[in-house]
Amino acid sequence: MRIIKRAIAGTMESSDIQIVVEAGQGIEIELKSSVEKQFGNQIRKVIRETLEHLDIKDVKVIAVDKGALDCTIRARVLTAAYRGADIKEDYNWEVIN
Amino acid sequence: MDRLRRTMMFVPGNNPGMLRDAYIYGADCLMFDLEDSVALAEKDAARFLVYNAVKTVDYGNTEIVVRINGLDTPYGKNDIEAMVRSEVDVIRLPKTETKEDVLEVEAIIEEVEKKIGKELGTTKMMAAIEGPLGVFNAYDIATSSSRLIGIALGAEDFVTNMKTKRYLDGMELFTARSQIVLAARAAGIYALDTVFSDVDNEEGFRKEIEFIKQLGFDGKSIINPRQIGPVNEIYTPNDKEIKKALDVKRAIKEAADKGSGVISLNGKMIDKPIVDRADRVLHLAMAAGIYKEESGYEE
Repeated sequence: MRIIKRAIAGTMESSDIQIVVEAGQGIEIELKSSVEKQFGNQIRKVIRETLEHLDIKDVKVIAVDKGALDCTIRARVLTAAYRGADIKEDYNWEVIN
Repeated sequence: MDRLRRTMMFVPGNNPGMLRDAYIYGADCLMFDLEDSVALAEKDAARFLVYNAVKTVDYGNTEIVVRINGLDTPYGKNDIEAMVRSEVDVIRLPKTETKEDVLEVEAIIEEVEKKIGKELGTTKMMAAIEGPLGVFNAYDIATSSSRLIGIALGAEDFVTNMKTKRYLDGMELFTARSQIVLAARAAGIYALDTVFSDVDNEEGFRKEIEFIKQLGFDGKSIINPRQIGPVNEIYTPNDKEIKKALDVKRAIKEAADKGSGVISLNGKMIDKPIVDRADRVLHLAMAAGIYKEESGYEE
């Protein structure tokens, strides 16, 4: 999948994470989190794995974490990625699964 | 044993904090909503969020229901695919008008179950009836699929369609409620009542719960954790009811031991409906964890 436009998903509310994706070279992740020291690596890992699962190779991600669970991080990355790839209601659930 | 469905709490599908915490309040069922509480521009986000939450979060014994968007929207089909894959307990259809509405959703559920190698029939369904046509067709709807665990009244759309509004005494819903509970009983499935939106009116809320319990509903859809306590309390048998049920059971046993065909308790004849009601009280008490068959009360 290819990110062709800037897209955003998630909110700045507690327990959420806001994910912005835009076209980039390689996978680049810029993360702001109140729990950066403790969980920064784990959050980056979840973001990266979700992108790799979708076979996205080139993307810049700007993430602002407000204490999101891993499942929320995955959901917000999926949403932002599909929006950035301009795919609407035409998902490959085999890949998402 | 009957499953308790006294309280089914609505949780907006695009709120990660609520999806994570909702189960701690003790509702029997949680209903994650992809429909009316989610803005059109966020349908994709809510679906991915609920999908990942249901797959990942351990909700214990709480039954997880997801209200999907209708198949007349661009979102319904993907909602179904995502929810079957997430292994949700129950998919709730909005605005069900005919049995065909149920069968169309069921066909997609079955297709996805086959695709992912899931045992057919595992994903259950419930149908919300929210308009006059649905109320008319309540029995057809209730008997349309073996996946259906229940039907529910959605009052806000219903009263709008009926050119009325909601009143505190609920008379405008009387026919719909009666028809739905009748259809559910005839079909042998659960009947769930609509929400009571004025969270601050506890007196009105309690009256409504007493009333729907009197009609025969199994429980109520709720919108706030504060509403769980009153519903669970009114729907859970109290000590007096449990004692009476046990007395009935004891009287039957004594009569059977004596080989007597006629059973009486405190001078009143006990017949099958009374025994059935006693069984139901004990089932509910057991399901609520306040009574155990062998050891008696759990304090």
